[in-house]
Amino acid sequence: MERTQWEGFQGTTWRESIDVRDFIQQNYTPYLGDESFLAGPTARTQGLMEKLSALQKQEQERGGVLDIDVTTVSSLVNYAPGYLDRENELIVGLQTDAPLKRGVNPFGGIRMARDACEAYGYKISDKIEQEFTYRTTHNDGVFRVYTDEMRAARKMGVITGLPDAYGRGRIIGDYRRVALYGVDRLMEEKKKDKARVGQGNMNVDSIRLSEELYQQITFLVRLKEMAALYGVDISEPASNAREAAQWLYFAYLGAIKEQNGAAMSLGRVSTFLDIYLERDIARGVLDETGAQEIVDQLVIKLRMARHLRTPAYNELFGGDPMWITESLGGVGENGSPLVTKNSFRFLHTLYNLGTAPEPNLTVLWAEGLPEAWKRYCARVSIETDSIQYENDDVMRPIYGDDYAIACCVSAMKVGKQMQFFGARCNLPKLLLLAMNGGHDTLTGMQLGPQMAPLSGDTLQWEQVKERFDRYLVWLCHLYVNTMNVIHYMHDKYAYEKIQMALHDTDVERFMAFGVAGLSVLADSFSAIRYASVRPVRDENGYMVDFETAGEFPKFGNDDDRVDLMAKAALEQVIAELRKTPAYRGAIHTLSALTITSNVVYGKKTGSTPDGRKKGEPYAPGANPMHNREQNGALASLNSVAKLPYAACRDGISNTFSIIPEALGRETEEGVANLTTILGGYFAQGAHHINVNVINKEKLVEAYENPDRYPNLTIRVSGYAVNFHKLSREQQREVISRTFHAAV
Amino acid sequence: MSRAGRLHSIQTMGTLDGPGVRFVAFLQGCPLRCGYCHNPDTWDAAAGEEITAQALFDRAVRYRGYFGREGGVTLSGGEPLLQAEFAGEFFSLCRRAGIHTALDTSGFRLDAAAKAALCQTDLVLLDIKMTTEEDYRRHTGCGLGQVLDFLRYCGEQQIPLWIRHVVVPGLNDTDEDAKRLAELLSGCSTVQKVEFLPFRKLCLEKYRQLGVPFPLESAPEGTADACRMLQKRAGLLN
Repeated sequence: MERTQWEGFQGTTWRESIDVRDFIQQNYTPYLGDESFLAGPTARTQGLMEKLSALQKQEQERGGVLDIDVTTVSSLVNYAPGYLDRENELIVGLQTDAPLKRGVNPFGGIRMARDACEAYGYKISDKIEQEFTYRTTHNDGVFRVYTDEMRAARKMGVITGLPDAYGRGRIIGDYRRVALYGVDRLMEEKKKDKARVGQGNMNVDSIRLSEELYQQITFLVRLKEMAALYGVDISEPASNAREAAQWLYFAYLGAIKEQNGAAMSLGRVSTFLDIYLERDIARGVLDETGAQEIVDQLVIKLRMARHLRTPAYNELFGGDPMWITESLGGVGENGSPLVTKNSFRFLHTLYNLGTAPEPNLTVLWAEGLPEAWKRYCARVSIETDSIQYENDDVMRPIYGDDYAIACCVSAMKVGKQMQFFGARCNLPKLLLLAMNGGHDTLTGMQLGPQMAPLSGDTLQWEQVKERFDRYLVWLCHLYVNTMNVIHYMHDKYAYEKIQMALHDTDVERFMAFGVAGLSVLADSFSAIRYASVRPVRDENGYMVDFETAGEFPKFGNDDDRVDLMAKAALEQVIAELRKTPAYRGAIHTLSALTITSNVVYGKKTGSTPDGRKKGEPYAPGANPMHNREQNGALASLNSVAKLPYAACRDGISNTFSIIPEALGRETEEGVANLTTILGGYFAQGAHHINVNVINKEKLVEAYENPDRYPNLTIRVSGYAVNFHKLSREQQREVISRTFHAAV
Repeated sequence: MSRAGRLHSIQTMGTLDGPGVRFVAFLQGCPLRCGYCHNPDTWDAAAGEEITAQALFDRAVRYRGYFGREGGVTLSGGEPLLQAEFAGEFFSLCRRAGIHTALDTSGFRLDAAAKAALCQTDLVLLDIKMTTEEDYRRHTGCGLGQVLDFLRYCGEQQIPLWIRHVVVPGLNDTDEDAKRLAELLSGCSTVQKVEFLPFRKLCLEKYRQLGVPFPLESAPEGTADACRMLQKRAGLLN
């Protein structure tokens, strides 16, 4: 099939069937050079940013929410078109009829929507309340089926952060398909699929899929209608770069109007868009300034995306995040880097528009990336503190070369795989529950196998491990079952119609489980095994605290004695989870990922044998506990690098905090050093690193919340020192002094 | 030949003591007692963890992937030449594995053992504390003469040098001090770089924990800018 919009593009496979990867492989131009070609922002872009900054300021002043439309249920065509500055917007489309105004999305659960409105001084309209009186939400469905045990595990916090009252997210529509094929072609393919499903046996699976396909097709029609409200017809393929960005953005906008998922990631769009930009530049209708302007304006729109959340949700997830993750770079299966000029342009938005946490720019790191790109990434990290890195060399063999990251660390083939987000279980809490024979000392609840608490003056490693193993078997079964209930109901009552319309019909599913408190568990095991741990018991004989005497190896010091216990724990958890089948044939995966929720998990957990006191926060993700690292940051990276991606395929998150000066005396030294550090870390098969090159505000935050910034090395004119090892007074002093010269 | 060394601590991500990313081992023991010493916890030669050169090498080599083209290992302290045999053996193991070696020293010792260690050293970070014999003796308890011998020897042996000099306001921060340092260095052809470091008091907590008074507690701290200007005026800016 030939279309005028495709003139100049190579290849045939992608024309015959929906295959964006083939289109990219046939048409993209790798770029091996440096950043010197980049252009600054246009006056139009700057004007838009000024308007947006003013609105963001107002939003902050109003307590974090600028405005809420309480009378309309968020969906694709329910709002009149909205603009930031109609004259100057190259890319149009807002979630509601005005910038930063939030919509109400009660499909996950009406209570969450109601509470969120009330928290910001609004009230959901009677009309919506009325409507949802007669409508079953995802949340209603889940609670109809939850067993007593599931409710108890949830309440106690041994399984927690469950997506049972809000959109599960973590699904990435292949938004590029709308740009490449136009909506009509996508609808045509889905109709064919629906007919094909109808040819087979009609059973629970095929009937459900048929109904879903019906919904997908209906929502593709609405997607066209939504674009038409803005005067744009997206039936046909995009014919130039601006249209490609606009079509793609409309598809994403449709998704976030329909779904308020926890993480609504963008995918891997920059190299795809580069093909259109290169074609326009070759045709002489676009120059570099114009190319950057399109990218800048697309990114401005992404920065305006908002969901309405409750303050409690924000406490768990930290701030007001959408996790609009865009995966940049990586290497193709043929060894050719997937870095294009547009990969640079996306990072360059951090300069043209100023730094921002969204979109969540994620660099897929590979040994085979061009040196100039590696160095540019390192420079951007140091100068903007705004990017994270994930190891393409460990993901590519599993997911190929057209996967993207959902949320923070979850890899999936774009448009071919999706995941059921599974929150996480609290491993240190499970350990305490096991040792106390199924009694939780914090809530007084009984849960799990009921037996006598472990006895004896000191904890015996073999006894503790045997107990832990027994309770882990119990928990994993319960955890999979709970997830199955949640995702059955989410599919039934809050199905992601637009996002799934932008997937292959025969999609591969993951069920992504998680663990919290890995380093606390490993250190607790280590303390019991290598030191002497005396439990302190309450009047009923339950352990409420521990007295630990003697030295024991701690995770984060590159010491195999404890590092391998952390590794073994992950392997054990995933092996146990796999024993219970997951809903819809999903493949079980596991993550060691918490971004800010480690604080809340810690709050819900009593004192642990590693010396952590009741209520104290865990380290984030797979990080070692702060202040336990004695050999510097690379020892800590080596410990985390030992955690096996094969067992933990939903990601192993590591947060690395450093001030720019600690990377080297001069910026150039810092860039070179950070580049070799990243290379050395990933060469060991490590999965992820959040590079946190810290500025003054962050240092103040580190002072107030040391747990969020483990291994914080600071350098003050010639001396490197661990920030947390200074006295409080000195920390304050460093904060005021470190940045003095720069002010 | 294998003699155990005494190790104070390890910094696996050293970016300040030599080029690139470095595995820095701080050895225990120092004959000097500089008033502004940043690591008083390394003074005691009998303290610390006992470790063989091979064991230290085994730990260092785990970080090889991070070294890139420029990085490597650095022995610091304390004064690593107090344990010259150990330092030489450790460096020799590193060199055999193709790892760059740097020695962070005050240059107080130049006997056969020190020379043997220098034979295995790719870069010397020589800390010249004061620029006159009198000042040197007053503030460190040792003599400047041997440091200058050490400097000369490194030049003769074609060992690259980075010179480091902590600038303490009121102690050694005059233009005369800086110019004298320039003169001391003028005869040495292998000096690649000079680093003036401003005096800081981040070590206060360590002194408090050790229960040792910090002699310069009341001295003002230096600034990077002042150091840079001083270095520039002395013609020592790299």
